Amino acid sequence: MAKEPLVIVENLRGYYVGQFGIVQGVDGVSLTLSEGEAVGLVGESGCGKSTLAQLVTGVTGPLLHYQGGRVLVDGYEVYKIPQEVLRKEVLCKRLSYIPQAAMNSLNPVKRILDFLQDVVQERTAKKPSKSEIWSTAGEHFESLGLSREVLKLYPHELSGGMKQRVVVAISTLWNPKILVVDEPTSALDVSSQKLLIKTLALLRERGMVKSMLFITHDIPVARQICETLAVMYCGQLVEVGPVEDVLDTPCHPYTRGLLAAIASYEPSEKGRARLESIPGRPPDMRNPPPGCRFHPRCSLARESCARNEPPEVILDGHRMVRCWRAKGGL
Amino acid sequence: MTSDALLEVKNLTKIYTRGYIRVSHQVGCMDVSFSICKGEVLGLLGQSGSGKTTIANVILRLIKPTSGSVYLEGKDIFSYTPRDYYARVQQIFQDPYGSFNYFYRIDRVLHKAVTLKNSQTFYAERKRRIAEVLDIVGLNPSEVLGRYPHQLSGGQLQRLLIARALLIEPQLVVADEPTSMIDASSRAGILNHLLTLKEHHIAILFITHDVGQAAYISDTVVVMHEGKVVEQGEASKVLFAPEHPYTRRLLSDVPRLHEKWDLSQEIVSNPTVSDLRG
Repeated sequence: MAKEPLVIVENLRGYYVGQFGIVQGVDGVSLTLSEGEAVGLVGESGCGKSTLAQLVTGVTGPLLHYQGGRVLVDGYEVYKIPQEVLRKEVLCKRLSYIPQAAMNSLNPVKRILDFLQDVVQERTAKKPSKSEIWSTAGEHFESLGLSREVLKLYPHELSGGMKQRVVVAISTLWNPKILVVDEPTSALDVSSQKLLIKTLALLRERGMVKSMLFITHDIPVARQICETLAVMYCGQLVEVGPVEDVLDTPCHPYTRGLLAAIASYEPSEKGRARLESIPGRPPDMRNPPPGCRFHPRCSLARESCARNEPPEVILDGHRMVRCWRAKGGL
Repeated sequence: MTSDALLEVKNLTKIYTRGYIRVSHQVGCMDVSFSICKGEVLGLLGQSGSGKTTIANVILRLIKPTSGSVYLEGKDIFSYTPRDYYARVQQIFQDPYGSFNYFYRIDRVLHKAVTLKNSQTFYAERKRRIAEVLDIVGLNPSEVLGRYPHQLSGGQLQRLLIARALLIEPQLVVADEPTSMIDASSRAGILNHLLTLKEHHIAILFITHDVGQAAYISDTVVVMHEGKVVEQGEASKVLFAPEHPYTRRLLSDVPRLHEKWDLSQEIVSNPTVSDLRG
C-alpha cells in the first residue's frame, strides 16, 4: 500500500503496576494503520486488546503505565507531546476512542443534545446555542442513518443498539481520521449488531473516518468490516495479515486454534465439523512463559520453543507471523 | 405428540404483572408449545427479550405460569416433590461464578449431588464416582477438589456443573446460555462436554441467542420472537431452509466467517420518536 500510515506503533510496551506485581499487559507490539484501512484486533479475554487501545490513545487508566516504544498518530508522537496538546489536538479531532461499554456511561438525566453541547463547547471554546447543535449534529446523525429526533431523547429511551450507534455518532462529530472502537458489538443481539456494523461502514464510505482499529473477540464480526486482522496473544501480536489470508490459511497455531473453536453458522457447510478448544488456559501475565509465549498450549511445540523467543517472520511481504514454524522450521 | 416425549410444554403463557393499583402487564411468553424427546438436544433460539429465560424458569419451577402447563413424563411438573423433580431436571446457568456458594469447597457440591439421588452412598464410593465424572469433563481432580469457587476459572466452573449433572443423571438439563460468559477458546470445550451429556442419554434444553452454537449442538430448534414461537422443527430444516420471515431475517443478520455482507445498501430503518418510545 502506497498510502501514508496514519498510526504507527513501534515496539510499544505498557505494564500494569500494583500490589499484585507487574502485569505485562502489552509487551512489544508493532502495528501500522494506513489511510483507509480497518484493522481488526482479536484474541481471548485478557490478552491485552483493550490495553493496547488505551496505550495507542494515550489515555492510560489507573495502574497502567507506559513503558516504552513509540506511538505516532497522524504526525503527533503521543508520548512526547504535552497532555494538553494531546487532549486538544489529537483526541476527538484526529483520533476518537470509544471504550468498552461506552453506551452505559451516558448520563441518564441529560438529553443526547446536552452531551453534544459539552462536546462542541470543549472543542470550539464557546458555548453553542441549541439551534446550532440541532442543525450541525442533526445533519451528522442523519447522514449516519439515525433520526434527528434522537437528539431530543434521554438515554433510557433508546435501545442498546441505538445507544451504541449514538455513541459512535457523538464521537465522530469532528470527523476524526482514526476511530478506535473497543468491543462495540459484544452486548448487542445480531440484528442491532448488523446495524452498528453498517453505521461504521457508512462512516468510512462517507470519508468521515479514514482508518479504524476495531477490537473484538468475535472473529466473524471483525471479518465483516476489516481488511487486516491482527491476532493477539499474551500481550503480543502473533499474526497480522489481510483478513481473507489469515482466515483461509492461518499460519500461527494459536490462530488455527481460535478458528477451530468458533461455532459459526455457515449455510454452505451443513456438516458439523467438530469444534476443538485450545487446551490449557492463558498464562499468568506477571510471569509469562519463556521463549514462545504460546508453547505450553501449542500442539506443535518443540523443545526449542520453550527456550528461544520466536522472531517476527514476514511472509509474502505483507503477513507477519511470530512463530518458529512459520519459515519451515528452526 | 409421540409417546417418547420427555417434557411437554403446552400452551404456556406467562404474563408478568407489576403494581397493585395501576397494574401493568408484560408478556413473558405467549401460548408456547413444544416437546423434548428423551436424549434429545432442543435449541431454544431467540434474541434478548424474546422469552427464552421465562420458559426455562417455568421448567425449573422457579416461577409459576399464568396459564398452560408443563408435563414431565405425562405428569404436571408442579405435582412432583422437589426432591423427585430436581433429581430428574437439572440446570446449568449462564453465570458460572454465581452458581456456586463461595463459602464451601467444590467437593461439597459434588458430594451433595451424589446424595441427592441416594443418601446412603459411602464416602469412598462417592469419591470414586466424582473422580470418574471429572475425568469425563476433562478436569484433573487434584486441580479442582479441595478448592473454593473463586480459585477456578469460569470454564472450569461450568465444566464442574456439567460433571455435577452427570453425577445426578437427570433426564433433562436446562442450559441457559451456558457459554456466554466463557472465553471463546474454551467455549468449544463446553459445547463438546454438553454433547457428552447427550451420549449419556440426558436431554438438553439449550437456550442461546447464538445461531452458530444452536446449529452445532441441537437436534431440533424452536425459534422465538417477542414471546411467541415463530418456527420449530428439525435443526437442519429450520436453520438451513427457514420458512418464517423472522427466522430468515435473523439468519441473514448472523455474521459469517467466510462471507462478507453487502454493506453498501442504505440503513433503511430510520425510526421516528414514536417508534423509539414505543
